Amino acid sequence: MPAAPTVEAMMLGKLDWSAIPFDQPIPLVAGAMVLVAILGVLIWVVVKGHLPYLWDEWITSVDHKRIGVMYTLLAMVMLLRGFADAIMMRSQQALAFHSQGYLPPEHFNQIFSAHGTIMIFFVAMPFVIGLMNLVVPLQLGVRDVAFPTLNSVGFWLTATGALLVNVSLVVGEFARTGWLPYPPLSELTYSPGVGVDYYLWALQISGIGTLVAGINLVTTVLKLRTKGMTYLRMPMFCWTTLASNLLIVAAFPILTATLAMLILDRYFGFHFFTNEAGGNVMMFMNLIWAWGHPEVYILVLPAFGIFSEVVSTFSGKPLFGYRSMVLATMAICIISFMVWLHHFFTMGAGPDVNAIFGIASMIIAVPTGVKIYNWLFTMYGGRIRFATPMMWSIGFMVTFIIGGLTGVLVAVPPADFLLHNSLFLVAHFHNVIIGGVLFGAFAGYTYWFPKAFGFRLHEGLGKAAFWFWLVGFYVAFMPLYVLGFLGMTRRMQHYDIAAWRPWLIVAAGGAVLILIGIIFQILQLAVSIRERKNLRDRTGDPWDGRSLEWATASPPPVFNFAIMPDVSGEDAYWSMKAHAKQRDLDKSEPDYRDVDMPRNSPTGFVCAFFATIMGFALIWHIWWMVVAGGVGAFATFVVFAWRDHDEYVIPAAEVARIDRANLEERRSLVSAAGGAG
Amino acid sequence: MSMAAAAHGHGDPHHLHGLEEGHAGPAPKRIVTGFGFWIFLLSDIVMFSCFFASYAVLSGKTAGGPSGADLFDLRNVAIETVLLLLSSFACGLASIAADARNRLWFQLAMLLTCLLGLGFLSIEGREFADLVSRGYGPTRSAFLSAFFTLVGCHGLHVSAGILWLLTMMAQVFAKGFRADIQRRFLCFALFWHALDIIWVAVFSVVYLLGSAA
Repeated sequence: MPAAPTVEAMMLGKLDWSAIPFDQPIPLVAGAMVLVAILGVLIWVVVKGHLPYLWDEWITSVDHKRIGVMYTLLAMVMLLRGFADAIMMRSQQALAFHSQGYLPPEHFNQIFSAHGTIMIFFVAMPFVIGLMNLVVPLQLGVRDVAFPTLNSVGFWLTATGALLVNVSLVVGEFARTGWLPYPPLSELTYSPGVGVDYYLWALQISGIGTLVAGINLVTTVLKLRTKGMTYLRMPMFCWTTLASNLLIVAAFPILTATLAMLILDRYFGFHFFTNEAGGNVMMFMNLIWAWGHPEVYILVLPAFGIFSEVVSTFSGKPLFGYRSMVLATMAICIISFMVWLHHFFTMGAGPDVNAIFGIASMIIAVPTGVKIYNWLFTMYGGRIRFATPMMWSIGFMVTFIIGGLTGVLVAVPPADFLLHNSLFLVAHFHNVIIGGVLFGAFAGYTYWFPKAFGFRLHEGLGKAAFWFWLVGFYVAFMPLYVLGFLGMTRRMQHYDIAAWRPWLIVAAGGAVLILIGIIFQILQLAVSIRERKNLRDRTGDPWDGRSLEWATASPPPVFNFAIMPDVSGEDAYWSMKAHAKQRDLDKSEPDYRDVDMPRNSPTGFVCAFFATIMGFALIWHIWWMVVAGGVGAFATFVVFAWRDHDEYVIPAAEVARIDRANLEERRSLVSAAGGAG
Repeated sequence: MSMAAAAHGHGDPHHLHGLEEGHAGPAPKRIVTGFGFWIFLLSDIVMFSCFFASYAVLSGKTAGGPSGADLFDLRNVAIETVLLLLSSFACGLASIAADARNRLWFQLAMLLTCLLGLGFLSIEGREFADLVSRGYGPTRSAFLSAFFTLVGCHGLHVSAGILWLLTMMAQVFAKGFRADIQRRFLCFALFWHALDIIWVAVFSVVYLLGSAA
C-alpha cells in the first residue's frame, strides 16, 4: 500500500484496463455476444414501446405468480450459460489427451468453478424457488405470499448475483477454486485476483435474496392457509416447500457467516482459514458443508413435491401413503443436518466419527426410499396418462434410484477413501441433481406452464426433449462412473492415460445429446407460443388436477381466487369437482366482495440496482462507491416505508365479471364432456 | 371449534391451529409480520452460532500473542451489559407508549434507548481501538480474528439497530402510529431484545469463560 494513494486508485480501486481479457478470445467473444443480445432485447423493448408494460406488469410487480415466472426465466437463461461451460469442459477433456486441448489451465479452472456455481445458485435454486412462488399460494388457496414486496426484493437480489457472475466474464476473472472456494487456495496468498471476490459477493447478495424467499414461504405456509386447509390437507408440494424453506432459513445463514469469514481473511488479513497465525482450514470445510448438505435437500425436496403432484394427477389417484410421505419429508429435513461430514471423510476425523456420519448418510436414504415406493404404489392400479410431466417423473425414478445407490456406496467411508474427488463422485452428484432436481424442475415447468400462461406446451417436442435429455444424461455420465473406477480425478485440464480417452469421448457425445434436448426445449417454447390458440387451456384445469391451483382460471386473475376456497379434505379441488357433479354444477352465485391487493413497488428493482453497484465496488475496492450503494439501498427502503397507500381495491363487480367468465367456460366444457373425467 | 376459539383465531399461542379440524384461515397481518420476523431472528441467531462455533474452535489459537485472560477487562464489560439491558428496558417503555399511542413518551423512551445503545457502542469502540493500538488487532492471531468478528458482528447489529431506531422515530414523528408503522415497531422491538440475548451469550462465552482461562 503506497503512503498516498493516487486519484485513480481512490476513484477506481483495483480496476483498470488490464481487467478486460483482451488476450483471451473465448470469454471476450462470449461476453460480447451476451452484451449484444441484452442490448438487442433492450432496444427492441424500447422501440416497440413495451417498456411501460414491462415496468408496470413485471419489473415492479409484487404478484407471486409474476415473480415466480421471472425466477424460472432467470434459471432457464442461466442454464444456457452453465451448459455452455459444461460442453466446453467435456470437449476440452475429450481433446486434451497428451496435449493442452484448447482451454488454457487458468481458463479451464474458471469454467468448472463457474459451471458449478451457476448451476447450483442460479439455475437450480431460482428454478425451484420460482415454481414454489408460482404454485404454493395457489395450492394453499390464498391471494399472495406473506410479504409481497420482500418477495420482489428477493428475486432482484438473486438476479444481481447472477449478473455479477456474468460480469466477471469480461471485467476481471471468475474464481478458479471450484464451486466451493476451499482455503487456503481461495486465500489472498494463492488467489490474489478478483475471481474469488466475484464469487463471494455474488453469493452474499443472492444469499440475502434466498433467505428472504425462505422466510416468506415459511410464513406463507404456516400462517396464510385458507379456511379448512389444515396441515394434513396440504398438497405434498406445500409440505416439501415448507421443509425446503425451513432448511433455507436454518442453513443459508451458515453460508453467509462462512463466506463472511473468508471475506474478512481476504480483505482485512484475518486468520480464520489461513495457514499461519492459528487459522484452521478444516473449519471452512465443516462450516461450508453444514450449509452444503442441507442445500442438496433444499433443492431436491421441492422436486420430490413436484413428482408427488404429477404422479398422483397422471395416475388419476390420490397420492399413496400421504402421511408417510409427510413424515419422510420432515425426517429428511432433520437428518440432512447430520450428515455433512461425509463430504470429507478423508479429513481423518477417525473411524468412530466417520462411522457415525457414514451410518447417518445411509439412514437418510430410507425416507427417500419410502418416497420412491409411495410413487410406485400411486401408479400401481392407476389409469396412467403418459403426458410430458409424467415422462420426466418416470425418468426421474429410474435415474434417481441409480444415483441414490451410488450415493449409499460413497457413504461407506472405506469406499469413499478410494472414490473421493474422483469422477465417480462427479457422476454421482450429477446423477441425483440432474435426475432429481432438474428433471423435477422440467416436470414442474411443463405441468404448471398452462397455469401460468393459459396455454399448454407442445407435447411432441416436449417428449423429444425428454428422450434426448434422458439418453444424453446416461451417455454423458455413466462413463464418468467408469472413469472414477479407472482412477481419474475431477477437474483435470489434461491427461496422458490412454484408457480414459474413449470414455471421455463418449461423455462428450452425451453432452451433445443433451444439447439437442435443450434445443428441442427452446423449440417447444417457441412453437407453443406461436400455436397458443390451439393449445389454449380454457378451463384452468388442463390435466384433470386434484389441488386448488386448478380451481382458478389459467392464467389466474391477479387476486387468484374470487372467493377464498373452503377446504374440507385432501385433494381439495378433486372433491370440489366431485361435489359439483353431484349437485349438477351448483348454479347459485357466490357472494362477491371487494378484494384488497398489494400495490406494485419498484423497491426490489431499485434496491438490486444499488446492490449491484455495491457488489461491483466491493469486488474492485472502490470504497466511495460502496458507501454510495449502501446509502442508496437504505434510502430505497426508507422511501418504501414512507409511502401512504400500500394496497388498492378491486371492486366486487370486477371480481364477479372475471369469475363468471371462467365458470362459464368450465360449465360448457364439463357438460360437453358428459360424465367423463 | 367453539365460537370462543374461533374468535381468538391465531391469537391464542396455546393452541396448535391447523392440526385439528377446521383451520380458521389466514392469520391477521400483525401476527404474520411478527411471525415472519421471528423466523428472520432465528436465522440471524443461526448466523451468530457459526461465529460462536468459530470462536470456540479458535479461542486457544493465540499464535504466541495474548489470550483472553490477558486482554479482557470485566469491569468494562459489566458496564456494557448494564447499558444494553437498560436500553432494552427503555425499548420496553417505548412499546408501552406505542400501545398507548403516546407520541411524547414514545419519542423520549426511544431517545433513551438510542443513548444507551450509543453508550454501549462507544465503550466497545474504545475497547477495540485500545486493542488495535497495542498491536492486538484482528490480524494478530486466529483467536483475535474470531473475537473481533463475533463481538464486532454484535456491535454491527447494534449499530444497524440504532439506524433503524432513528428511522422509526422519524417515521412516528411524521406519520404517527399507523398500523403498518406499529407492525414495524413490533419487529424493531423484537430485534433489539434479541440483541440482548446474543449479548448474554457473548458475555458468558467470550468474556466470562475467557477471563477464567
